[in-house]
Amino acid sequence: MKRTLLQFLVAIVALAIAPFVLSLFHLNLLSEILILAIFALSLNVLVGFTGLVSLGHAAFFGVGAYTAGLVAQNLSSNLLVTLGLAIILSMVVAAVIGAFCMKVSGFYFLMLTLAFSQMIYSFIYQSTNLTGGSNGLSGIPRASLGAFQFSNAVYIFYLVLGVFFITYACLRIIVKSPFGQVLVGIRENETRVKSMGYNTNLYKYTAFVLAGGLGGLAGSLYTYFNGFIAPSDVYWTMSGAVLIMVLIGGAGTMLGPVLGAALIVSLETIVSSYTDLWMLIVGAVFIIFVIFFPKGIVGIGQSLYQKFKSNKQQSYERKQSRVA
Amino acid sequence: MDIIGAQLVNGVSYGLLLFIITCGLSLVFGILGVLNLAHGSLYMFGAYLAYSLTVTYTQSFWIALLVAPIVVALIALVVERTLLRPTYHLGHLSQVLLTFGLAYVFHDIAKFVWGSNVLSITVPPIFSGSTSIFGQTFPVYRLIVIIVGIAIAVMLWLIQDKTRWGAIIRAGLSDKEMIGALGVNIKLVFTVVFVIGGVLAGFGGVVAAPILGIYPSMEFQTLILALVVLVIGGLGSIAGTLVASVLVGVVETFSRFLFPELSMFLIFGLMAIVLVFKPNGLLGKKVA
Repeated sequence: MKRTLLQFLVAIVALAIAPFVLSLFHLNLLSEILILAIFALSLNVLVGFTGLVSLGHAAFFGVGAYTAGLVAQNLSSNLLVTLGLAIILSMVVAAVIGAFCMKVSGFYFLMLTLAFSQMIYSFIYQSTNLTGGSNGLSGIPRASLGAFQFSNAVYIFYLVLGVFFITYACLRIIVKSPFGQVLVGIRENETRVKSMGYNTNLYKYTAFVLAGGLGGLAGSLYTYFNGFIAPSDVYWTMSGAVLIMVLIGGAGTMLGPVLGAALIVSLETIVSSYTDLWMLIVGAVFIIFVIFFPKGIVGIGQSLYQKFKSNKQQSYERKQSRVA
Repeated sequence: MDIIGAQLVNGVSYGLLLFIITCGLSLVFGILGVLNLAHGSLYMFGAYLAYSLTVTYTQSFWIALLVAPIVVALIALVVERTLLRPTYHLGHLSQVLLTFGLAYVFHDIAKFVWGSNVLSITVPPIFSGSTSIFGQTFPVYRLIVIIVGIAIAVMLWLIQDKTRWGAIIRAGLSDKEMIGALGVNIKLVFTVVFVIGGVLAGFGGVVAAPILGIYPSMEFQTLILALVVLVIGGLGSIAGTLVASVLVGVVETFSRFLFPELSMFLIFGLMAIVLVFKPNGLLGKKVA
């Protein structure tokens, strides 16, 4: 426990000094990585811990992003108001969608979530008066907190960083809690958990709403970061991209989705500076991971660590036998 | 009344077009248990190849209709042999994700080869006019699509119900291990079925190109619709796919005509309602 806390503190300090070391371009890249990491962490609650593969998570990202944008334009640009309403509304949407999706599982769950997210997408795309349709929503005022405005990239970065660490810590606590352990049990064997007397549907539903709310949180941060939101961020390829992040990083771990987001966002930035065929590269990387490293980056790290440890053990034993 | 009749023909022909595209997906899912998210990409390759063959090289729609599905089938063969076959043991979800990655790769290959402009091809002169039935005029090409769609449905039904191959496929649907134990080369069956799926996707691409157009990310749009059809009809059921595709085609066409801003919304709403009341689709067996 102490060690985790130490690692956590080191990570906070390292990231907190980032604005003093990095250029503006890299700082923005880091902000984007952290936002998408929150998004990937929220999907990981479903895919990694509960075993529900959703291909419609962009819906909540979009609801959060558009709510934050519209509230900032029409009601108040206060951070707490926009953030709060974005989370509440995306949780409400998740509660409605979840009520339908809990009735099915497996492939059907994947496709029903996809269908609902496409419904949200077509709603956003076609209500031109409210959301600006295909032009997206622009001219969103900067988020503010009282008199303070998150007016430049560094402030936004600290905001994102703060939210990221709070989310990460909360999720970690949730996962280690009895509630999280029941979710893991559902992933491993739902029938058994059900026969132990747990209302698995209620647990899955709660996980779905939680994931939806956190997805909305990521979406609202994305709006503060970009000052702009377009329907393409709600399209199903966005859901696909975040699913790829979770799986490449390592589903079912805490660090995995963060690493996955970092890899995909940096890959996208690097590749697109050379060629616009970044989907080709990302797709190929993804295929390689699915075939050769199904446990993702974290899985690779773990197996390397195991190997390292057993090597050390062996050489120690060899030395012992030589002494003897 | 005239308009409703014309819309009905449009809807049914659109539905049968969806059927041609989706039945390959349904077949592959039913036999291999693989939800092939790259199916839309195979369809897209069919359409783009048709463009190259009719506009750039031969000027003949007929050659495109013959050659494009064969080329797409070869792509499907390579995919099955090199990517899918070594990963059957990884489980269904891994294969969904694998084909999803493949769809990304194919998207950029198409963009690299054909650019990102919107392209179009015209139908051959025999089919380009319109004809009048019961005093109403209908575009010939739409009627041809309906006939072709029905022909494919009947053919698939005959193959599945009346031939030895169909018997093997039906047996494979319900119990893969058993059919393997009976001495059928199940790996060969998988390859053949996947290639047939590719042929149907490529063929659908050529037939759809004059109506639906050719543009980047067309495959994702079609794939989504195909998945909707698949889910409404019931996974792995050809008859269900037929019913669902006509239903979706008609609903889509009429809603686009009556409430254009709600059309996509209605399709997905239809899917959600069907799934809530019949979680396995209209004619599906319990799969997942």
